[in-house]
Amino acid sequence: MAERRSKEKEGPYAVEMVKITKRFLDVLANDRVSFSVTSGEIHALLGENGAGKTTLMNILYGLYQADEGEIYIRGKRVSIRSPRDAMQLGIGMVHQHFKLVATNTIAENIALGLQLGDLRTAVKFPWLFQNPLPDVERRIKELSERYGLRIDSRSRIWQLSLGEQQRVEIFKALFRGVDVLILDEPTAVLTPKEAEELFRTLRTMASEGHAVIFITHKLDEVVRISDRVTVLRNGRVVASLRTSETDKKQLARLMIGREVLFRLEKERVQAGTPVLEVRELEALNDKGLPALRGVSLKVCSGEILGIAGVAGNGQKELVEVVTGLRKATGGEVRILEKEVTNLSPRSVAKQGVAHIPEERIRVGVVPSMKVSENLMLRNYRTHEFTRGPFLDAGFINEHSRRLVGEYNVQTPSVNTPVKLLSGGNIQRLILAREMSGDPKLIIAAHPTYGLDVGATEQIRQLLLRQRKKGVAVLLVSEDIEEIMSLSDRIAVMFEGRIIGEMPAEEASIEAIGMMMAGMKP
Amino acid sequence: MKIEVARREVPTRLALILSSVLSLLLALIVAGVIFLGYGVDPIEAYKRIFSGSFLSPYGFFETVVKAIPLMVCGVGLSIAFRARLWNIGAEGQLLMGAIGATWIALSFPEAPAIALQPAMFLIGFVFGAVWGLIPGILRAKFGSEVAITSLMMNYIAQRILEYLVYGPWKGPGEWGFPYTTKFSVSGQLPRLLGTRIHYPTLLLGLGLSVALYVLTTRTRFGFEVRVTGENPEAARYAGMSFLRIAILTMLISGGLAGLAGVGEVAGVQLRLRTGISTGYGYTAIIVTWLGRLNSLLVVPVSLLLGGMLVGGDAIQLIGLPFAAIDIFNGLILLFVVGGEILMEYEVKVRFQ
Repeated sequence: MAERRSKEKEGPYAVEMVKITKRFLDVLANDRVSFSVTSGEIHALLGENGAGKTTLMNILYGLYQADEGEIYIRGKRVSIRSPRDAMQLGIGMVHQHFKLVATNTIAENIALGLQLGDLRTAVKFPWLFQNPLPDVERRIKELSERYGLRIDSRSRIWQLSLGEQQRVEIFKALFRGVDVLILDEPTAVLTPKEAEELFRTLRTMASEGHAVIFITHKLDEVVRISDRVTVLRNGRVVASLRTSETDKKQLARLMIGREVLFRLEKERVQAGTPVLEVRELEALNDKGLPALRGVSLKVCSGEILGIAGVAGNGQKELVEVVTGLRKATGGEVRILEKEVTNLSPRSVAKQGVAHIPEERIRVGVVPSMKVSENLMLRNYRTHEFTRGPFLDAGFINEHSRRLVGEYNVQTPSVNTPVKLLSGGNIQRLILAREMSGDPKLIIAAHPTYGLDVGATEQIRQLLLRQRKKGVAVLLVSEDIEEIMSLSDRIAVMFEGRIIGEMPAEEASIEAIGMMMAGMKP
Repeated sequence: MKIEVARREVPTRLALILSSVLSLLLALIVAGVIFLGYGVDPIEAYKRIFSGSFLSPYGFFETVVKAIPLMVCGVGLSIAFRARLWNIGAEGQLLMGAIGATWIALSFPEAPAIALQPAMFLIGFVFGAVWGLIPGILRAKFGSEVAITSLMMNYIAQRILEYLVYGPWKGPGEWGFPYTTKFSVSGQLPRLLGTRIHYPTLLLGLGLSVALYVLTTRTRFGFEVRVTGENPEAARYAGMSFLRIAILTMLISGGLAGLAGVGEVAGVQLRLRTGISTGYGYTAIIVTWLGRLNSLLVVPVSLLLGGMLVGGDAIQLIGLPFAAIDIFNGLILLFVVGGEILMEYEVKVRFQ
């Protein structure tokens, strides 16, 4: 193995990743990414969703293998083929979704991760068949005092809050004697107080010489906790800076991008009468916690309202409540003056609402069924498709062929199962279906997410064409460029509220970026 | 050499049929090993089963008699299974149908056959449908698993039947046996000459098989059932009501099992008694799976498994217990369902 001395005088980096490239099918998730961390430092990895942060760290943790590039640990070239390799090298990772056994105690979960004969572990694993729990419990106590992590080793995982479960994950890593700890968006599940405690623990770890890598998209956290920050965008490193030498404004611009890629020809359209009106809307998320805390907005005909925001700030719930898929707990939704709050999805759709859902494969289509059947999914009840209780096969075929041609859906035939189509074609199919009913209002959630440049362009043009026809469009997207180039007005959601709203021509990337990170204008 | 397991996109039609045939063959082989354990030559046993069920006229007629309830239940199960509602309760729904028919037959013994028999089928359908509806509603309203609730409903039906034939409905002239009085002639279904084949139920089953095929493939309702089964999220997004689908499919499924029960009491036993069904409702699950949830294919498959049941009688003569047939049926289901999962993957072997 090649020895490699770093240029810096403090010796080799704890971790150095050089020109890492990783491809998933056609998507370039990491493009020649170089990244390094020294011992004793907290290093923030900043970027939007899909920027490639988690992929890069999964490569370091051995969950993926890089297609190209090299990894050095303490100056030594290594190949990390599995998380076990990573652990042997002293690398630990706390994922967004914890990997714990719910019915077992904390001590038992930690004991599970210990390996016979593994020299790095903090507890010598006893003889096979000997109960390791007393040793583990004693050691948990020592560590919890040292790092200020309150934890009761006999509690069962299901009794713990998410913050406490995260602590267990950190403990697992400490037990294995990690030098490098990776945390994937650790504060997403924490209350502010828990986050505070986490930051203190990470500080302690860093001061003891651990290297901490912290994946986040929250600017506040970067500034508060990190020593250095590396910004990723579209799979590339755009900057690596000392935190003390930068500020939130610069980071926001780096994270989101300097310029709009597409300059779409957007004709002036006079906004007309209100189509969608939402007042003081409240709703719960799947966990039963408040997701919408009083959202009010209005979209008029011939207008696109863009909702920007980092995922998980209530956009998904907003779309679901408006389309009838989720119950509102307060407030009201009106479509063309008619109150539709908490009506069934079918009744809402009848008002002329088209919905391009966020999860197009899980929700938007039936993958195992034919193109033609998917094309009639939302309007199969109308008299054109049916003759009495029977479906009109002739009309369905003709209708499907027409839509497939008109919207350029590439498919061998209208009888092909949708799961054989590419992502872009599935999305075109959904658009074809949703637009064919002459909607008054289009709710488009992340309409171009994961699509290639050509399909993206086409789908944006389709939305603009609908706008020109006088359709009102509510566009939810995490892609700021998309929001900026399509919208007439832009609203930013943060923690279940609209934190700010402005006409698109007055919006700047910095302003939106700051609001996305929770800072009021 | 490198072996890779990858998800297969779309199983071909040929693969589907091959998988059903292969499951049958595998079940034959594994059951054969068990037969060997009993000291019975499996080839001989299979020969006996086959010739006993299909080659003699009497055997074949009996095969049809056993295939009727399997077919009628299996056709009903096909639509519930399409909606991914795992109705394991056809047995109980069948018993309830039998109870309903008996109630009518014993209440109006003097009524003419032309009125009495349709009424028996109607009430049998309603009783079975109600029994199927309960797990359906529980699923839609409270999310309880149909496989479990419908199974539990079977035991309740079983006990109700026992209560009736040991208690209020016990026939005074039946020497203390748990039987009701034999149905009046107008309550007995006509049979093909010299056989026990009660053809009204047979024709009803064949008609329903075609009707349900048309219903699932050609109608709006069938489309909703398929979408709900394949992707419930998309069904909700498309504005389909899961409650409505759950109610209607379980109602049809239970009702058809109820019709099978009517056929058994009015066409075979001619009275209600314990043991009117030797697990037809359970065997029908296998019929439906082997028929790939296609109600047309259910017809030939029910004949095949009906033959197995008749063959069960034949193999007792060579020293195997009747329960050997249950083992065999269990093995078929295991292989069909297992094959279903394996079919979603393909194994690629690459030489490097």
